[in-house]
Amino acid sequence: MKKTVSTAFLSIMLFALYLPIFVLALYSFTDSANIGAIHGFSLQNYATLFTKPELRGMIIGTLVLAFGSAVLSTILGTLGAVGVYYAGRFGKTVIGAANQVPVVNAEVVTAFSLCILLIEVCSVDKASFVPLLIGHMVLETPFVYLSVVPKLKQMDNSLYEAALDLGASSPTAIRRVVIPQIFPGIVSGFALAVTLSLDDYFITSYTKPATFDTISTYVVNATKGSQTEIKTALWALSTIIFFAVVLLVLVMNLTGSRNARRASEIEKKNA
Amino acid sequence: MQLRNKKMLCLPYGVFLICFVLAPLVVIIYYALTNGEGRFTLENLTGFFENPKTTGTLLYSFGIAVVTTSVCLLLAYPIAYILARGKMKHKSVVLMLFIMPMWINFTLRITALKEILTVIEGNLSFHPFLNTVIGMTYDFLPFMILPIYTTLLKLDKSLLEAASDLGADSVRTFFQVTLPLSVPGIISGIFMVFLPSMTNYVVLDMLYNSTYIMGSLIGAYFAAYDWHGGSMIALVLLVIILVFTLFTNRYSDEDAGNGRGGVLGR
Repeated sequence: MKKTVSTAFLSIMLFALYLPIFVLALYSFTDSANIGAIHGFSLQNYATLFTKPELRGMIIGTLVLAFGSAVLSTILGTLGAVGVYYAGRFGKTVIGAANQVPVVNAEVVTAFSLCILLIEVCSVDKASFVPLLIGHMVLETPFVYLSVVPKLKQMDNSLYEAALDLGASSPTAIRRVVIPQIFPGIVSGFALAVTLSLDDYFITSYTKPATFDTISTYVVNATKGSQTEIKTALWALSTIIFFAVVLLVLVMNLTGSRNARRASEIEKKNA
Repeated sequence: MQLRNKKMLCLPYGVFLICFVLAPLVVIIYYALTNGEGRFTLENLTGFFENPKTTGTLLYSFGIAVVTTSVCLLLAYPIAYILARGKMKHKSVVLMLFIMPMWINFTLRITALKEILTVIEGNLSFHPFLNTVIGMTYDFLPFMILPIYTTLLKLDKSLLEAASDLGADSVRTFFQVTLPLSVPGIISGIFMVFLPSMTNYVVLDMLYNSTYIMGSLIGAYFAAYDWHGGSMIALVLLVIILVFTLFTNRYSDEDAGNGRGGVLGR
């Protein structure tokens, strides 16, 4: 009885969560401009999405920004975390506290404050993409830092000492001993950075050049406009992103469980 | 020499944080407390609290945030509880299903929700408050599920056994053992949902709710290049965040503290 209620509750919640996404996916394959009666099957929305230069440019721009800023944030955040690990209590406290600011702050406040500093005080031109890039790095780097720090805490520091004793220089030891040990943290930090950038609206819209759009800012502008062609092409985009996420989760879980199985096999052999 | 080298690795990030995280905060405080001629003034502050429009916005934001956070908590707690403590098969798959929408761009998700709500309600402008709460709950629910789930998963099972050995029934065990022990997760979840609900004005815009919340005020000042007024709103929000943080730290739970990183960070 209890189990039935639990299952029913979870099912209803999942239904509510996915209903909008599925309905939109269904209608993205029709030529209908409104949700309601089903018209004929059509791939027009997908054709528009990939052929309209404006839409294509916006998608490519979003991806380039997300991956570019994530690479930079990952390098910066990882270096920061490793440095702080070896720094004294003072450095730890100060960087740890400053790192927490963008994490707890409202995105719109982060965006607005960066804007005043860069555009009003330092008069940096938005068209240079510098404020946009810095903005995304401010958003992402703290989360990279937070993903790497726990891995450093778990790390066996005697391996690093051993590398030094065996004649490795400090940079070599960090590159060949420390980095491999914290690598899972770096990867998850990078993944998190990409998703944060893809999902961001506020920082992008406050710091971007007028002619540049990411998916978020484009969608918000499109909902204010009345171009149905664009509106329904975005349904197609939403559907593609949904399937990309599903695929990614499947791949991640399959490789994850394979790695786990391999690890347990190795353990058995060693035992 | 070698030891110093390693410490130096944090220098770039330290400089970055000073320039682009701490300096903007200083600038915000400076602009909030000065006028156009650069003279110190409290006018922005008194202006904010004396103007019924802005205080009304503050109250409306609080209203939206309190209702959204409560709804999220009421829905997320049972979900997290069933996933963490239930005897269901494929629990990790179900958890993933609840988290996955988080990785779809939120503006696209709200677009999808808008289309459905339009079909159900006919005209979205009839229920602006309700629609906003639905939209924000739809957007923020995973942020509430994750920290509560993490806390419940770590909960020491022997305490529950002890409670039942000492004669407590399951209802009493829940209210006197499980619930109090999951407070850190609940607090983290509230933190993750409350503030975005006060500031994420895009959800309101997209669902045709034309009432302002705190975030929309910043947006309006930004559009008008009124840096002093915008800074004042930002400062008010920063004070709210600070109070929240100080309060939360008393119940802090490091692992549950970061709902965004919760899944990927493991």
